[in-house]
Amino acid sequence: MTSVFGLVLLCALPVVIVTGLLDWVAYGSGSIPGDVGGLHLPRFDWPTRPAWLFRLTQGLHVGLGIVLVPVVLAKLWSVIPKLFTRPDRDLLELAERGTLVLLVGGILFEIVTGLLNIQYDYVFGFSFYAAHYTGAWVFIAGFVLHVALKLPTMVRSLRSRSLRAELRTPLAETRPEPPHDLVAPEPARPTMSRRGALALVGGGSLLLAGLTVGQTLDGPLRATALLLPRGRTAPGDFPVNRTFEASAIDARDVGDSWRLDLGNVRLTRAELAALPQHTAELPIACVEGWSTQQTWSGVRLRDLAALAGVPSPSGADVRSVENGPFAHAALTADQVLHPDALLALRVNGADLSPDHGYPARVIVPALPGVHCTKWVAAIGFAR
Amino acid sequence: MSAPAPTRTPVRLAQAVGVLGCVALAGYAATIVVRDPTLHPSIPWMLVWFAGAVLLHDLVLFPLYAAADRALALLPATRVPLVNHVRLPLLGAGLTLLVYLPGIIRQGGPVVHAATGLDQEPFLARWLWLVLAMAGVSALVWVVRVTRRSAADG
Repeated sequence: MTSVFGLVLLCALPVVIVTGLLDWVAYGSGSIPGDVGGLHLPRFDWPTRPAWLFRLTQGLHVGLGIVLVPVVLAKLWSVIPKLFTRPDRDLLELAERGTLVLLVGGILFEIVTGLLNIQYDYVFGFSFYAAHYTGAWVFIAGFVLHVALKLPTMVRSLRSRSLRAELRTPLAETRPEPPHDLVAPEPARPTMSRRGALALVGGGSLLLAGLTVGQTLDGPLRATALLLPRGRTAPGDFPVNRTFEASAIDARDVGDSWRLDLGNVRLTRAELAALPQHTAELPIACVEGWSTQQTWSGVRLRDLAALAGVPSPSGADVRSVENGPFAHAALTADQVLHPDALLALRVNGADLSPDHGYPARVIVPALPGVHCTKWVAAIGFAR
Repeated sequence: MSAPAPTRTPVRLAQAVGVLGCVALAGYAATIVVRDPTLHPSIPWMLVWFAGAVLLHDLVLFPLYAAADRALALLPATRVPLVNHVRLPLLGAGLTLLVYLPGIIRQGGPVVHAATGLDQEPFLARWLWLVLAMAGVSALVWVVRVTRRSAADG
């Protein structure tokens, strides 16, 4: 059993790890934590194609992370007899056992902080980004060693039983494993077959998948994320990640006196609306794993760059009316010049609501939602 | 007393290198939070949560569900055993409670409201309905199995 759960985790956890590390790259120059030494994937400009790229990577990171919770718990359950065996006197064996703290502590820490973060529960009181990123590398250290040490054991024990035969074995014919260190010395009479136990864990994963996938879907299916904040939306609306109220912006600063500052040009909202408008279907995807696709219209960022006298910018700095940790966003040249990269004025045929960033917001293909700045005050295009 | 067989020495050497590499990588990872002085006050709390996660799982969560599982043996003996019909909805309830706890116990409400404009009001009732549904389905399947067994026994 341990080997089967181990095999599932061996295949799936690298996906969770890599998508998590990609998220750090996707944040570009605004990555948090900023200084991670050498512990990151090679930096590259986060692509703008396909537009759903971040929706996929981050949805996988969070979704798969949740779906694996029952497998992790079952794996720990299956090896827990080891916890109560007397350790060897051998120093190397002791050290090896010590590294299990990094492995088990790492995965549990990542699960707990991740689950709390996607439900906006910051009871732990420290920086989620720094803790989750550091915890990830501590886990990776334990994970790589554990795989290296146990891979032969896993392969051997997977070969010792035929999965097909096991799936045909009912409870009445289920016998204890031959004695070794993970088998109870006096096993109780089985109350569940091995196929039943596998189905139980798989069923737990399916249950969580069914209660989570909704946060990436639009339409009535979103409500299937029954217990997640992102399963709910205000009637006739789509999710936001920061309300206008929470931004603490003075309503007068986004009223008639609002101007978009492009450095040498300042534009009213009416002047922006008079420029050529472009419409694009683009997703907003958030680091918490939820996403939604909507129809945005507004002025292409590259048109604004030309207007500002920088027709081929090397990047852009977007500033919000809001003051706060994400009031600034740096865009790459690619993200400015993509034909669907917009300063949106309207969504789904209506003016943006205050919660969605009225008077104007940035929306760029595959850009993490947090960098699609709302209530934009200024865009500085770099030469 | 017997010295390790000589053929095992390279294996042990590789193991030692592996353990050292693992500890070195984890130690280097810890420097991420050391590099940023604003994080220094948080470091003890991060360690507390790291160790707490292990202790809570190994010394609270595991004994709790192991004891609960033992308690299932006390169920009355029936022609179709009750044990899995109680165990499954119980595990489903525990798993969903564990994963979606913040919404169910309404923790973090102000941040949820700032982020979504919504509250956490419905989650407790939804979870209770979900648990009720799982228990109901499980009970129904048990009744069906008992009926079919009785019919088969004629």
